Amino acid sequence: MAAVTEAPPLAPVPAKKPPRKRGRWTPYLLLLPGILWLLVFFALPMVYQASTSVQTGSLEEGYEVTWHFATYWNALSEYWPQFLRSVLYAGTATVLCLLLGYPLAYLIAFRAGRWRNLIMILVIAPFFTSFLIRTLAWKTILADGGPVVGALNSLHVLDVTSWLGITAGDRVLATPLAVVCGLTYNFLPFMILPLYTSLERIDGRLHEAAGDLYARPFTTFRKVTFPLSMPGVVSGTLLTFIPATGDYVNADLLGSTDTRMIGNVIQSQFLRILDYPTAAALSFILMFAILIMVTLYIRKSGTEDLV
Amino acid sequence: MTTTNSSGDVRLSGISKTYGSFTAVHPLDLTVPQGSFFALLGASGCGKTTTLRMIAGLEEPTSGTVSLGDQDVTRLPPYKRPVNTVFQSYALFPHLDIFENVAFGLRRRGIKSVKKQVEEMLDLVQLGEQARKKPHQLSGGQQQRVAVARALINHPEVLLLDEPLGALDLKLRRQMQLELKRIQTEVGITFVHVTHDQEEAMTMADTVAVMNAGRVEQLGAPADLYENPRTTFVANFLGTSNLIEAEVDTRSGAEIVLKAGGGKLTLPSERCSAPTTTGGKVLVGVRPEKISLTHADDAGEIPDGRNRVTGRIADASFTGVSTQYVIDSPAGAELAVYVQNVDRDTRLAPGAEVVLHWSPAHTFGLDASQDIEAGVEKVEEETS
Repeated sequence: MAAVTEAPPLAPVPAKKPPRKRGRWTPYLLLLPGILWLLVFFALPMVYQASTSVQTGSLEEGYEVTWHFATYWNALSEYWPQFLRSVLYAGTATVLCLLLGYPLAYLIAFRAGRWRNLIMILVIAPFFTSFLIRTLAWKTILADGGPVVGALNSLHVLDVTSWLGITAGDRVLATPLAVVCGLTYNFLPFMILPLYTSLERIDGRLHEAAGDLYARPFTTFRKVTFPLSMPGVVSGTLLTFIPATGDYVNADLLGSTDTRMIGNVIQSQFLRILDYPTAAALSFILMFAILIMVTLYIRKSGTEDLV
Repeated sequence: MTTTNSSGDVRLSGISKTYGSFTAVHPLDLTVPQGSFFALLGASGCGKTTTLRMIAGLEEPTSGTVSLGDQDVTRLPPYKRPVNTVFQSYALFPHLDIFENVAFGLRRRGIKSVKKQVEEMLDLVQLGEQARKKPHQLSGGQQQRVAVARALINHPEVLLLDEPLGALDLKLRRQMQLELKRIQTEVGITFVHVTHDQEEAMTMADTVAVMNAGRVEQLGAPADLYENPRTTFVANFLGTSNLIEAEVDTRSGAEIVLKAGGGKLTLPSERCSAPTTTGGKVLVGVRPEKISLTHADDAGEIPDGRNRVTGRIADASFTGVSTQYVIDSPAGAELAVYVQNVDRDTRLAPGAEVVLHWSPAHTFGLDASQDIEAGVEKVEEETS
């Protein structure tokens, strides 16, 4: 591209009108509904919450923007255990989802054959019931004296989990284990679907090529299949981790006061204690914390050019 | 992995492959001598790729054995076989750069210092500059060379090539044919090459096995296959043949005299692969470029002892090097004749009465019970 010789102009070129002026605005028109939606239901509430978080006052006398940033510090110093717990529970649930979901996604993508569609439907089937109902069902499953607790008890599994501090006595309900189980169950499809999509896209001949180049089946998985499924792993873990961190339904229904996550705190600040500035500040801290963690994670996983 | 003894032949003994009720490869015996460039040639679906995959270990034979030298490898998984494959459309690892793609096999065998070997191999295929690029950043021809380098670096006893040039355009394909031939001569490894392109097979291979419907029709050196086809499929699939139905008139030792289209044709009996009985039918074949064309007015000038057939020119197309005629004849419709453009006889135009004549030594005889059209390239197949 270094030397481009231009042909000498033969005649003065008449100023050309840009062709098809009509189509120029089409992309913007197509963007408009989405932009409006985001403006009304995302940008405006964000601004509103940001201003709420720096207000002071009381419900009776009304709130006023006083740029009171101390709310953030107070909220963080009071509720850091709940923040930490949220990250821990959501992180554990994400890892469990990955460990449970990867083999299943692998099976559907490579081994299911004509059962593939059926298994996919089974993965998505829970979505036909409400999130709340499904979580309530787990309350029944893990109920005291129920078959699950009975079985775990007779196998002395509960002795181990109690010793680890994730269950209490012969109860499973109202313990960290129950909350993490609920989170894992509810977010598992969000892990499986992106994993399946990225595994299914892998060309089967790459497995043959790896085998042909002296890679044993497990090495083929480690060196070819898994690296190529990284986009699915990253999007699956994000789709699980982000909503799980802010979730409060599982901790509310399956947990106790000792397993409160940050979502529960924000919910009660907003709806019960009616301390709007603290609730708004907590929401922003959560958002920034997740943003930082996600950014570090994507950097670390090095999949920018694969996604 | 490489063994130094000379018995490195690939031996297939009675291998076959069936999928349900479909037989992809009928029991097949084949020996590929060490160091040779061997081509499996056939139309799509003839079983050539399945045969190759059975050598690679990617397909388990239904019966029979595969041996490399003295070692029976039939039950060995691909990662334990000293063979490597250049896959159709290459199957390069998209997440690894060119260097790591080429180093893959060495690393899997636990070789630590791969840098020197990989760089030498990349130089051999003239890709030294591209080592840190990803496969999708390379052109088709470059990707093809990476695929060859990735396989060759392991010094396999046999290199298997599955339609390696199929995805390239014609000009690049011709260039890569010579390139592959050069590399094979340089490294001296046995190459087994699968292709549907008869010109490619003849250009590159020392030995060609023509496959059809899961069987090897004929095996031999390219020139031998071309000059002495033993079935109509080989006669039509490798180049073009004129096949004329004839009746055996007399047999006298070295020669068979046949009746066809009101005239007589002579056929050397050692060039006839079909059993002949007086009065029986035989297909007489002759290649288009072996035939000379003389205007009917000059028929007297044709030397004695040549096979002759009369006809009328139906079509003539000038291709530069030669002129290709289509002749309607009582002996057989649409005979093809290629005449070199040395001294062009202007009377040889469509409609002219002509005599086709050729040396009996260029005639071959085939079993008349076969499909005379077998192996004729169909137009729709050319596009695939």
